Amino acid sequence: MKFGVVLFPGSNCDQDLIHVLSKVMKQEVVELWHKDHSLHGCDFILLPGGFSYGDYLRSGAIARFSPIMQEVQEFADKGGFVFGICNGFQILTEAHLLPGALLQNDNHQFICKNIRLRAETDESMISSSFTIGQTLKVPIAHGEGKFYCDDTTLQQLKDNNQILFRYCDENGKVNPESNPNGSLESIAGICNKQRNVFGMMPHPERASDVLLGNTDGHKIFKSILNTVMA
Amino acid sequence: MSTATEEQITIETARKLGLLPEEFEKIITILGRTPNFTELSIFSVMWSEHCSYKNSITWLKTLPKDGPHMLAKAGEENAGLVAIGDGLACAFKIESHNHPSAIEPYQGAATGVGGINRDIFTMGARPIAQLNSLRFGNPALEKTKWLMRGVVKGIGDYGNAFGIPTVGGEIFFDDCYNVNILVNAMSVGIVKIGETVSATSYGEGNTVFIVGSSTGKDGIHGATFASGDLHEDSHEDLPSVQVGDPFMEKLLLEATLEVIKTGAVIGMQDMGAAGIICSTSEMSAKGKHGMRIHLDKVPTRQANMKGWEILLSESQERMLVVVKKGEEDLVRRVFEKWDLNCTEIGVVTDGDRLHFYMNNELLADIPADDLVLGGGAPIYQREYTEPSYIAKNKAFNIDTIVVPEDLKKVMVHLASHPNIASKRWITSQYDSMVGTINLTTNRPSDAAVVEVRGTKKALALTTDCNPRYVYADPETGCAIAVAEAARNIICAGGNPSAVTNCLNFGNPYNPEVYWQFVHAIKGMSSACLTFETPVTGGNVSFYNQSKNEKGEVPVFPTPTIGMIGIIADKKKIMTLDFKQEGDTLFLLGTARNDINSSEYLYSYCNVKNSPAPFLDLKEEFNVQQLVKNLIAKGLVESAHDVSDGGLFITLLESALPNGLGFKIETDEDLRKDAFLFGESQSRILVSVHAEKLDAFVELVADSELDFINLGEVTSDQVMIDETNYGTVAEFKELYENAIGKLMC
Repeated sequence: MKFGVVLFPGSNCDQDLIHVLSKVMKQEVVELWHKDHSLHGCDFILLPGGFSYGDYLRSGAIARFSPIMQEVQEFADKGGFVFGICNGFQILTEAHLLPGALLQNDNHQFICKNIRLRAETDESMISSSFTIGQTLKVPIAHGEGKFYCDDTTLQQLKDNNQILFRYCDENGKVNPESNPNGSLESIAGICNKQRNVFGMMPHPERASDVLLGNTDGHKIFKSILNTVMA
Repeated sequence: MSTATEEQITIETARKLGLLPEEFEKIITILGRTPNFTELSIFSVMWSEHCSYKNSITWLKTLPKDGPHMLAKAGEENAGLVAIGDGLACAFKIESHNHPSAIEPYQGAATGVGGINRDIFTMGARPIAQLNSLRFGNPALEKTKWLMRGVVKGIGDYGNAFGIPTVGGEIFFDDCYNVNILVNAMSVGIVKIGETVSATSYGEGNTVFIVGSSTGKDGIHGATFASGDLHEDSHEDLPSVQVGDPFMEKLLLEATLEVIKTGAVIGMQDMGAAGIICSTSEMSAKGKHGMRIHLDKVPTRQANMKGWEILLSESQERMLVVVKKGEEDLVRRVFEKWDLNCTEIGVVTDGDRLHFYMNNELLADIPADDLVLGGGAPIYQREYTEPSYIAKNKAFNIDTIVVPEDLKKVMVHLASHPNIASKRWITSQYDSMVGTINLTTNRPSDAAVVEVRGTKKALALTTDCNPRYVYADPETGCAIAVAEAARNIICAGGNPSAVTNCLNFGNPYNPEVYWQFVHAIKGMSSACLTFETPVTGGNVSFYNQSKNEKGEVPVFPTPTIGMIGIIADKKKIMTLDFKQEGDTLFLLGTARNDINSSEYLYSYCNVKNSPAPFLDLKEEFNVQQLVKNLIAKGLVESAHDVSDGGLFITLLESALPNGLGFKIETDEDLRKDAFLFGESQSRILVSVHAEKLDAFVELVADSELDFINLGEVTSDQVMIDETNYGTVAEFKELYENAIGKLMC
């Protein structure tokens, strides 16, 4: 499987993703430059974390207009797989490839820490290795990660089983105390209705290497490969 | 030469720009004439303390600089450079941004982070980790909270977007920093040996480029501002504070590292203090050449900027790059790729003079060497006398302190004291994990540990300085800062390698302040020799003080030590947390009846005058070597040094991560308060698995050092001498949330 990681000016988790995909998962990975118009035949596109274009104006607001995003948009419309992490998720909502928006955290601070996630569905390419209700420890690192959408959209997300992960406590309980940023219904990750575009605020690539003492995030990348192999 | 529009230049003009009368005379001698305003401004910033180190260099030169791994010695380059094996070198440095942060905490701290990172990547090294050392006033004050929120947000917003993890540091509160806070930022980078770039300029006809941000009016005379007192009108100096753009810095980082690979670069230096004039003069002096610069070609942010403003502006995210003639296009292409300015502003000339033109009018004509440290910049020997408070400190007698009956009260006080409690409220606002090389995220250690990709190694990093100890006794206190840094690196499984320092003191013209400075340097020297950790450079920040009706009040002398260490095998990192119930607890090193300058004595007993805690460098070194051996032989499960708050806090911090408890007995020959809360140095707490006890005891006994079998790791209680002081969870609540509650 050939993965493509998009490099926007200001991306800073691109090399972390490439490290996990190439060194840990042993997959072919190419870098996709934001000014290019080619996806170089990739099967799966990732938008990494960071501060694309400085996140000036609004997180992800400028990145969606970059040349490469026109190709990503077209690729997704044709059913191609696209996965945005953190800033990548913000860009995907700005580009309307995913519903909702990511607002400033409730405490008005950047938050970097380990949190717990609960898998809400096993019917998605990035959560297929989980059983529903299974928890994992993954870090977050964002200032604008509060997921928000209107009631109709929320209902659609639920009806179509589009909610992939929720923030929870160590026992898998979803409650206000374990919601780090004030996200609507503790939503941490979603997919689109067609189930080919995925976004999440937590960073699985920061929990995928034995050396880091946490490999819970590895399962998300394994899910992708398992789905393809199946 | 332009003089028409300028006022008559006199000693009074020089004084207004912060120059002394004898300095003005020296300038006239150098030039053979009276300088014009632009030239005088140039000397003013280049001869400021910040750029010239005129009041400190005599003593800085006495610091140990040699070591087997040194590639660039102190002062030779923008940052220290140490070989770490595998053909790699580590570039690292710590720098202050105190005065800007005291006036405008957000931008002041942000640009401090930006500046120190540029010092690293201008050498060709990719920054991999950042640390910072912060000192604030009384946290109960609204002003302190405002400063702290601003500084933390400034560091976070800049560092997080720049994309290099902030992995460690320290925060300390004391009333002496109520007005003049300290913000010291450290950056650590990695470069292949042989691929570094020097801050030099040579080769007649080679082209001079300015790259990165446009130049604005921000930060003009910032270096002079940083070399004066803070006073009630300091906020009027706001234009002296620069504004940061981390996005620009990230692009500049990538473009800079890429442009080095073209091979077209002769030399490069970032523009920090004193802007274009500083980089042009330092690079030219180093390469023994001159430069002709056309200031009107510099891209500016606003119209009608004057020549001297362009010359002195401290706008951030800019670099001066000298490029081989004929290879300019290679350089232009890289900056174009990253959408950055890359503008030719001049040429390298034969000779030693700098010529600055504005619209073909010669504004300044100065020999480069006379501006810089090691060249013509003045060097002063300052007088010093022992401050009167030192005698008062020495007179302290422990017998005047009654051992408290209610030890729990002391424990609660210490666990929730902002100087000791968890700094999570602050550190969780920094991205500590980007880059996925921070190995302490899930495995806490006394030092931060980062992986060196492509090798078996890791680096252990720390910043240390307890300014209360340095105030109590500058020589011992500063030696303790070095000793503690080395101890932290040893406890993480590393080998101390080299030091960078940030010397924050009051007014050097005050003989008592200068006495603190001189003695701190002496303490640092002897400690650095003991641990074989040469000083690779750093930064001096004087004039950290406030004024009140009694006159100048200096901050505690605060010589922050940044230290790097090498961990040979990244899979063998030592951690500080207890691993399991039943493991035996040992205190290695000598316990003493010493509560000097402890947090307990200072804030619980409210005794402000006492000597520094006990330190014997030889004993310290031996304890460290013992722990190093124990870790190498795999005989300990955890190692954590005894520092602020004493043994009790050390036990608590080791118990917290895994929710375990401890049961210990104190030494009946010692006062209980000294045993539990004293801060005498050279003590390390270790936990040992039952299976390894025999081998452990054998090795420790052979060392002939003191050690005490304290007790054992338990499930969740705090038991001392058969008394139950509650659960670790109860203390965790206090320890974890103390600062967050204060900031609400």
